[in-house]
Amino acid sequence: MTAPVLEVEDLATHFFTRAGIAKAVDGVSFSLARGEVLGLVGESGSGKSVTGFSLLGLIDPPGRIVRGSVRLGGDELVGLPPAKLRAARGRRIAMIFQDPMMTLNPVLSIAQQMILAVHAHKSVSHSDARARAVAALTRVGIPDASRRIDNYPHQFSGGMRQRVAIAMALLHDPDVIVADEPTTALDVSIQAQILTEMRGLVRETGAAMIWISHDLATVSSLADRIAVMYAGKLVEEGPTARVLRDPRHPYTKGLLGALPSRATPGRELPQIPGSTPSLLRLPPGCPFATRCERADALCATDPPRVGDGTRAWRCHHPVMERAA
Amino acid sequence: MSAAFLSVDRATKIFRPRVSLGERIAARFGAPVETRPVHAVDRVSLTIERGETLGLVGESGCGKSTLGRMISGIYSPTSGVVRLDGQPVMRGGREPQKVTTRVQTIFQDPFSSLDPRMRIGDTIAEGPISHGLTTRAGAVAYAREWLATVGLDPDFATRYPHQFSGGQRQRVAIARALAMKPDLIVCDEPVASLDVSIQAQIINLFLRLRRDLGLTMLFISHDIGVVRHVSDRIAIMYLGRVVEIGPADVISTSPKHPYAQALLNSVPKLVLHDDALVEFKPIAGELPSPLSPPSGCHFHARCPHAMEICRRTAPLLKSYGVGAAACHLVEMDEG
Repeated sequence: MTAPVLEVEDLATHFFTRAGIAKAVDGVSFSLARGEVLGLVGESGSGKSVTGFSLLGLIDPPGRIVRGSVRLGGDELVGLPPAKLRAARGRRIAMIFQDPMMTLNPVLSIAQQMILAVHAHKSVSHSDARARAVAALTRVGIPDASRRIDNYPHQFSGGMRQRVAIAMALLHDPDVIVADEPTTALDVSIQAQILTEMRGLVRETGAAMIWISHDLATVSSLADRIAVMYAGKLVEEGPTARVLRDPRHPYTKGLLGALPSRATPGRELPQIPGSTPSLLRLPPGCPFATRCERADALCATDPPRVGDGTRAWRCHHPVMERAA
Repeated sequence: MSAAFLSVDRATKIFRPRVSLGERIAARFGAPVETRPVHAVDRVSLTIERGETLGLVGESGCGKSTLGRMISGIYSPTSGVVRLDGQPVMRGGREPQKVTTRVQTIFQDPFSSLDPRMRIGDTIAEGPISHGLTTRAGAVAYAREWLATVGLDPDFATRYPHQFSGGQRQRVAIARALAMKPDLIVCDEPVASLDVSIQAQIINLFLRLRRDLGLTMLFISHDIGVVRHVSDRIAIMYLGRVVEIGPADVISTSPKHPYAQALLNSVPKLVLHDDALVEFKPIAGELPSPLSPPSGCHFHARCPHAMEICRRTAPLLKSYGVGAAACHLVEMDEG
């Protein structure tokens, strides 16, 4: 067992708003081995994206990482001065956003911005930088890359733009890639192409990846392990197949049950009642208790993290349908 | 002469860019001004029976929302006609106008479809009052009744949209549509912007309303899993044309059209009993621009079975027993 490339411990990111303190991420811990893909799943407001942004130090006021640590190859990132953080960002840890236009500058050609990105971390000649950029574009399946690189972002389709953003994230062969819903805005046929390519790329480059998504099926096509978030907390984590086939946390089970693709057509779906609690006014104890049919008085206290080495969950009354 | 409850007869919608004289001159000199028309919907014919739910599936830009809006009477067809119970939904002419309240629409985004400065009770009652379905005096009770029908607390009638979550707003939008006592509801991606757990609640609400009120629905979505769950029949669109239509179980499991098959295969599906866990297969190539769709069958450049004829002639929808597909292969099988 090699040392993990990324270790996150008790990470908490809070937003200090006028309405109160929103605990978007509250005590999240996980680790990532080299070449491993972790799927981070949750609904909107669960804190999955804020977790991703926190890893790269991309939290702006009124948000702040209030405690915890993020160690990348043993080096602490939390509390690092901006210059040092910038040296790591893009080189050792990179991010792919849901909207590729968050990465791309509309008034620069792809070549201009990719060469800037190369030069940000490496002093190489202009032609070397360009050659690297073309190679990166070719790697993500952009046909005729040496010509297309001189185009501007608006000359690419949505799927192609996301490929360019992925190519930029891969430029410096980072150890960790954080991908925040990179296929959500794309059509299913394009999503399938990008998923297939990402699968090949992580295998080829050996990069570890955190794939953030609300879509269990998409995540499962890539992830070795899955972590489920709810109201700022990791409620369940483990190998993809085990979590999906045999979920322990009632929320994971509810999410799987609510998928129409797995139900008998025309029948009412087993639904989770209610909606996500406001992050400003989280109930004490388990945040899912108000929507959970298994909840009792015990659930007003914080459920401990229970696990068996490869998987873990935070629940006082875990689902135990199958013998482990 | 069709006896169908809703009939769409060769409906076509062409969007022409408004080009000023200056721009037209600039285009002559090679400036990048877009003057080409978009054939958003190309001679689509279909029917919906009373009490039936038709699912309409396709990728972005395929024309599914435009078709939905022609059925709703929001867009007037460039040519062709949409009839409900034999009566056209729109009056044509220089200024086309919707002439029925019997079709109502539920939109994707419940944040922009509700007036933020109106109490939701007033939002729900506004249409029914002006069309005489209720009186001003009875409006409050009327709105409360419909709120209860969609599973909301009737006391919410005095609240404003910003006080609701996305799922609750979508319920309000459904109540507003139902309050007009429509015969047909066009739902344009009604659950696309909702979380999985909320999506399940709204899908269940649709199933319940359909059963209790005998609703007829056009259910537009890019998500074939959702559509299969609520629909009796499914139509699949590609670049402005319906490529296949048939019973939901057939279209969602064994369609005949190569695009329908490829679209189905490209959706990641959880297969929990199997080692694979997730199955999907991407479609080759990119979606062509609707500004210059390929000749013949629009799908021929991406189709593994394309033949010479596919490049030249656009196939027509042809029945294959339970369903109908627009593909030369199906024509050859049957003919």
